[in-house]
Amino acid sequence: MDFNDSPEEAAFRAEVRAWLEKNAPKRVESPDPEGGDNLAAARAWQAKKAAAGYAQITWPKAWGGPGGTPIQQVIFNQEEAKYPTPGNPFQIGLGMCVPTVAAFADDETKKRFVGPALRGEEIWCQLFSEPSGGSDVAAARTKAVRAPDGSGDWIISGQKVWTSGAQFSDFGIVVTRTNPDVPKHKGLTMFWVDMHDPGIEVRPIHQMSGGSGFNEVYFTDVRVKDSQRVGAVDDGWRVSLVTLMNERLAVGGASGAGWSEFLEAARTVSGVDGAPAIKDQALREKLADWYVQAEGLKHTRNRTMTALSRGETPGPESSIGKIVSAGVMQDLANSAIEMLDQYGIIDDPELAPLKGAFHTSLMFAPGLRIAGGTDEILKNIIAERVLGLPGDIRVDKDVAFKDLPTGR
Amino acid sequence: MNFDFSDDQKFLKAQARKFLDAECPPSRVRSVLDDQAKAYDADLWGSVAAQGWLGAAIPEAHGGLGLGHLELCVIAEELGRVAAPIPFASTVYMLAEAVMLAGDEAQKEAILPKIAAGEAIGALATSEGPGVLTPAALKATVSGGKLTGVKIPVTDGDIATLAVVLAKEAGRPGLFLVDLTAGRVTREALSTLDPARDAAKLSFDGAPAQRLGGAGEGFALLEQVLDRAAILIAFEQCGGADRCLEMAKAYALERYAFGRVIASYQAIKHKLADMYVKNELARSNAYYGAWALNTNAPETPVAASAARIAASEAFWFAAKENIQAHGGIGFTWEMDCHLYYRRSRQLGLVAGAPRVWKERLVSHLERRNAA
Repeated sequence: MDFNDSPEEAAFRAEVRAWLEKNAPKRVESPDPEGGDNLAAARAWQAKKAAAGYAQITWPKAWGGPGGTPIQQVIFNQEEAKYPTPGNPFQIGLGMCVPTVAAFADDETKKRFVGPALRGEEIWCQLFSEPSGGSDVAAARTKAVRAPDGSGDWIISGQKVWTSGAQFSDFGIVVTRTNPDVPKHKGLTMFWVDMHDPGIEVRPIHQMSGGSGFNEVYFTDVRVKDSQRVGAVDDGWRVSLVTLMNERLAVGGASGAGWSEFLEAARTVSGVDGAPAIKDQALREKLADWYVQAEGLKHTRNRTMTALSRGETPGPESSIGKIVSAGVMQDLANSAIEMLDQYGIIDDPELAPLKGAFHTSLMFAPGLRIAGGTDEILKNIIAERVLGLPGDIRVDKDVAFKDLPTGR
Repeated sequence: MNFDFSDDQKFLKAQARKFLDAECPPSRVRSVLDDQAKAYDADLWGSVAAQGWLGAAIPEAHGGLGLGHLELCVIAEELGRVAAPIPFASTVYMLAEAVMLAGDEAQKEAILPKIAAGEAIGALATSEGPGVLTPAALKATVSGGKLTGVKIPVTDGDIATLAVVLAKEAGRPGLFLVDLTAGRVTREALSTLDPARDAAKLSFDGAPAQRLGGAGEGFALLEQVLDRAAILIAFEQCGGADRCLEMAKAYALERYAFGRVIASYQAIKHKLADMYVKNELARSNAYYGAWALNTNAPETPVAASAARIAASEAFWFAAKENIQAHGGIGFTWEMDCHLYYRRSRQLGLVAGAPRVWKERLVSHLERRNAA
């Protein structure tokens, strides 16, 4: 038991380090985790990685990747993270959309999309969630109907929501309702769409945290060719599972202010008896709990990496990541702010500790507990897929979609 | 990255599980639990000794298998899984570790081969009453090589042959080896939460005592012994917590209420998912502890604290929610749920309560972050 690379991993890491040292940017203007601004820098960096075979290391040679291993991708990510590289607006496309399209498309379509996406020339978004269904993706209402002119084209109308990166995407994959007369899972069809189509309107969502990392996307009579269909008509649920399988891997855990920042802040803030707050026994116990959870996640990742390193399939333990980190983020931020007493209401970065990092975490944490699987959905997934407990009873399973009660 | 047990260690674990499934079913735990006169399962102790487990981490030169602590960790997990009613922790994690850590060559020569052969049972005697023991409050005293004082509770104190005792000598705390078979000690068995792991009150009246380690190093040495014990106990706790989750799952899949198995209700599914999350956090922290223990890393105190806190929390949660998932039947003496509920408290307290370890952990983090 150790934390060392195998000889092959060490050699790959050395190769990656040498390449990064020569090629990675040393400084980036306004880095943005959403990858929203500074697109030009992000594209340039992606093109460089693609040319060197580091863009999607596990992609097969047929897709223009080097056909590397998952552990090589992890090693590259670790080393890349040491540099101030631009945000990565390509990950949703490369991790979820393009593999889905490629899994069902003909060779010509594959060839058309894979290269430009890999090189960062084209960006993709995933159009699944709707105002009427987030966790229940199969409840999609956005309609696709055959054009009346007999051309075989489809007309798409409806609304998607929580679409990351739609504002700068070139293409998207969209789940639509093609048959409302059958139960919900059986009447869906997936298409790829050109986001520059005039019938598509992208509006930013104003989040409760103040930012706008996501969008609403409106489809008004958007005409698409039948050749843009991904998979068979009414088989869109099976197709979307290919996409969703990758989503849990793509939605990362919490970052930002953690136990270490809390400890530092607690040294300087006055506690209930005038002594520094770090002397407060209740806070010390909480600090220990957060540390143990953060360490538990870190070493769970190390266990997953070990499985990859040994060429094994990682165990289900990696499924605990987001549910733990999002909860810790919210609890820790709230305790840090309470520690400030009345002053805690001030979120001005000029006045609040750590430039308001705890306040930022507090306001972002509710979103993290929902995105990419709510706490509740993730618990269902652990219960059903890891522990093998029965699925929930689904009252909508045998009912035609059009007859389902919908609320509003 | 190689942060897992080796194939050989996993094989040993599988062998241990097979052995204990056969040798230590719940009926064996109950035979100790139900019989007030029976302090431990002597037959099981003998067969565990015959497996060589008592000396797994003891060097071959001292009669052990000389395997290492990672092997001891996988054995510990399996012992915890079956709630084994034997003084393994007191003897192996505490006495043997204390002697290997602080003993001189003569002490190692005299004690370690006996432990490996199953001829010694250990005990760690520190507590003198309710609350956390501090250097200022320590009363037991050694003078002229004779120990006087009262220790309560001492896990396995009623059956141990050799105790490691915390006492003051010339006003300075030290650890002392006391032969409990040599007289000048009175043992009174205590009623405890987990009768499958007995404890006693030990009253020393001039019992011959031999210092273990340096004069005045008592608390520092004790911390090191407890760090090592905490990591090994964390594996027992992980084993017990996983067993509780399995029991809860099995019952939830066979019990019907309101026309369907209770495992199909989200209230139960989410409860079991919560158990799984805590168990995995505990396991990952325990693995890091195992690495620190095996390499004698400077991170050991922090790793041990994290392992103990996470494992104590996971086992307690799994043990209490296992009963809850069972409903009324889980509250009966006949169901095995309470064996683990009891054991979770025994293991959660025997090396010091999690609250104390949280304080230790944060003190270490404060120093580390300031450096």
